[in-house]
Amino acid sequence: MSAHASPIHHSEAPKGWIRHYIFSFDHKIIGTQYILLGLSAVTIGLILSLIFRTHLVWPDAHIWGFANGIVSPEDYLRLITMHGTLMVFFVLTTVPQSGFGNYFLPIQIGAPDMAFPTLNMLSFWTTLLALLVLLSSAFVPGGSAIGGWTAYAPLSAVGQIAGPGQGLGETLWVVSIALFCGGSLMSAINFLGTTIDLRTKGLSLMRMPLTVWGWFITACLALLAFGVLLAACILLLLDRLAQTSFFIPGNLDVSGVVLHHSGGSPLLWQHLFWFFGHPEVYIAILPAMGIISHVLSTFSRKPVFGYKAMVYSLTAIGFLSFAVWGHHMFISGMNPYSALAFSIITLVIGVPSAIKTFNWLGTLWGGKIHFTTAMLFAIGFVSLFVTGGLSGIFLAQPALDLYLHATYYVIGHFHLIMGVAAIFAMFAATYYWFPKMFGRMMNEGLGKLHFWITFIGVYCIFMPMHYLGYAGDARRYSSIESVNYMIPLHPVHFFITISAFVTAGAQLIFYFNFFWSMGHGKPAERNPWHATTLEWAVSTPVPHDNFAGDYPVIYRGPYEYSVPGAADDYIPQHLAPEQVAKAG
Amino acid sequence: MLSRKSSTGSAAPAVLFVIVLLLLVGSTLYFHIAKTWWFPPSITPVGNQIDQQFFITFVLTGIVFVLAQVALAWMIFRYRDHGQKAKFVRGNHALEVIWTTITLVIFVGLGIMAARAWGEVHFGGPAPGALEVEVTGVQFQWNFRYPGPDGKFGRIVTKDIDASVGNPLGLDPNDPEAKLNPVSPDLYLPVNRPIELMLRSQDVIHSFFVRELRIKQDAVPGLVIPIHFEIDKTGDYEITCNQLCGLGHYHMHAMLHVMSQADFDQWEKKQWASLESGQ
Repeated sequence: MSAHASPIHHSEAPKGWIRHYIFSFDHKIIGTQYILLGLSAVTIGLILSLIFRTHLVWPDAHIWGFANGIVSPEDYLRLITMHGTLMVFFVLTTVPQSGFGNYFLPIQIGAPDMAFPTLNMLSFWTTLLALLVLLSSAFVPGGSAIGGWTAYAPLSAVGQIAGPGQGLGETLWVVSIALFCGGSLMSAINFLGTTIDLRTKGLSLMRMPLTVWGWFITACLALLAFGVLLAACILLLLDRLAQTSFFIPGNLDVSGVVLHHSGGSPLLWQHLFWFFGHPEVYIAILPAMGIISHVLSTFSRKPVFGYKAMVYSLTAIGFLSFAVWGHHMFISGMNPYSALAFSIITLVIGVPSAIKTFNWLGTLWGGKIHFTTAMLFAIGFVSLFVTGGLSGIFLAQPALDLYLHATYYVIGHFHLIMGVAAIFAMFAATYYWFPKMFGRMMNEGLGKLHFWITFIGVYCIFMPMHYLGYAGDARRYSSIESVNYMIPLHPVHFFITISAFVTAGAQLIFYFNFFWSMGHGKPAERNPWHATTLEWAVSTPVPHDNFAGDYPVIYRGPYEYSVPGAADDYIPQHLAPEQVAKAG
Repeated sequence: MLSRKSSTGSAAPAVLFVIVLLLLVGSTLYFHIAKTWWFPPSITPVGNQIDQQFFITFVLTGIVFVLAQVALAWMIFRYRDHGQKAKFVRGNHALEVIWTTITLVIFVGLGIMAARAWGEVHFGGPAPGALEVEVTGVQFQWNFRYPGPDGKFGRIVTKDIDASVGNPLGLDPNDPEAKLNPVSPDLYLPVNRPIELMLRSQDVIHSFFVRELRIKQDAVPGLVIPIHFEIDKTGDYEITCNQLCGLGHYHMHAMLHVMSQADFDQWEKKQWASLESGQ
């Protein structure tokens, strides 16, 4: 339980700029690097989505960078594959956990750094390499992969006869994801070691902020899930490069070429992929849940409602998340009896998610709500989580998934619950922690403008997708003109594309606010939000050596707001009982 | 930053939240009740069962959706900072037990109810007298193979696949039964007769979907996957591919023509006759 200064963490900052900011061992710099990596990935992913949304409603629009200015069907598939891969891996997996987690986990538990600073640095550089490999695939002959972010075999396994981009492009995709798995595994070990070993005196498990719980459980999931995906990627690479047949059955005739593979199973890829892929959804959302609980409590000026229920539900989600992967495969041809088991477990995993929602509402109830930008995004998260969660109740029933599977309904569902919800948590985290990270406040007026356009915008983009799903509109179609029943849906697509442009435009406000405030924002106090956890006990901005060897002692739980009898409406975790000012 | 002054301005965001959340609830209810973009009518008994399950799920999740969003809007408005003191509450054990139990019962109950329709589609074998049709996906087209006059399917050989000579499935030229298997780019089915489709693929994964059947099933290379149903309305319906299969995925399209048994018999005879005369 006691904190040890790790041997590699020097109490003085390195002198050189490059050692300080580029090849850094410092968890705060590495966290910031992860956040900037995610910001680059999300920017590219967002632009790609605008291009394919444009193509869907204006197929003849000339777009710079494409052959003859026209987005071809294979270009469209490249765009959606790259969009999904960037967003799921390099944004949703990276920023809430490796970004904010790296920065704030050690500080919130009173540690000098992560347990393994060198490993931490290696995790980041491996992840950056993975990103560069992925992006480089856009410039190879045949272009980047068209197989979707799920890379179903045999489309992903048989090479370039399956289509342009399925040659070197798909190989680079697999290599990139394998590298990413490596980076995530190293990072997971670091998070576990740090949380278990480096907590300061008095910080028992049940006194940890819910953010720390979120990062901890996520690291458990990442350790178990990314190992499986890494194995799957290696098998897929062998199928592609060494003519093995893990995922390729016999007697295939692809584009007139008879393949000499035999005995493989396309469903095996799906089982391995989704065994990773479903925990992955929670890897993206558990840190978000922690952040939202943290922010809601701070700005409701109330303890988190049902702290223990929050911890138990996080843990329950963690366990159950490894037993629901089959709900992605109801129509895959797997044993139909197993579908029922996966269906019931999937519905059961909805229960801890519902518990969290009730407790968030309970936290707001009776509060004294401060509408900071961070709080607006946290409240927005709750609304999105409810909406996206309820559509999951449909997809969890195999009889209904028979109709909705692979329609825009699914796109609407997972963008709300996994994509946008997690992004709202990242925004909440950014507005909340920016003062601590950069020593300056972000502009609240611009922040609120950014919130309202984004909140209304994402609902305008993703709610109509549910209606497209009712009408049977299929995802991953590069043209909505070739099926008769899809043609009347054109106005809905048009509305979605316009909403996407407006929402994306609002992100410019965020970029401006983020970078401008770094240099020109109002200087931040040590504890501008009057919050209770340890990150607000260290000075602003956080010094290179977080606590300078003077580790705080924890006396109480993380969310002591509006305690009767106390003078202030918050009591920091590290304040000794005799130092707490009494009311009156 | 959180000076007492900033708290006075907190009515505006609260009111905005109330407006936006009520608009969300109102528009969602409107589009689900007006059915502006909706399911086409079902053409099978099992489709009707699935629609009923959809209805129950819509009602239950709809109630929860409205209650949760309205509760959120109400709390934001009611507890905005207007100078009050926050209640000091750590939680409520009884409430946790109550809402956990209620959620569990509703969610699992829905799952159990939905199992029946799923079983209709996937458990149990083909009904006696079912018409068996083989469905094969290939980049980027569907082929439907019917049995010969003796009710049998002939042999298929991968190396004989050659669409340019009119043999897209690789029917073995040395197998007399295969010679009498009609192959069609569209699916013709009789009404009111049990149907058994055998789904397969020659190259990558495809997915067979007809909205009106309420059934979607992947066609996986290396596997033969059966689905069965009985259609009770004649008409023409669209068949699409719903699993990303390559650059032509979006135009992998065919038609389902549901006709009376007499019309179907006539169509089938014509197919056999032309195969026999073609030799």
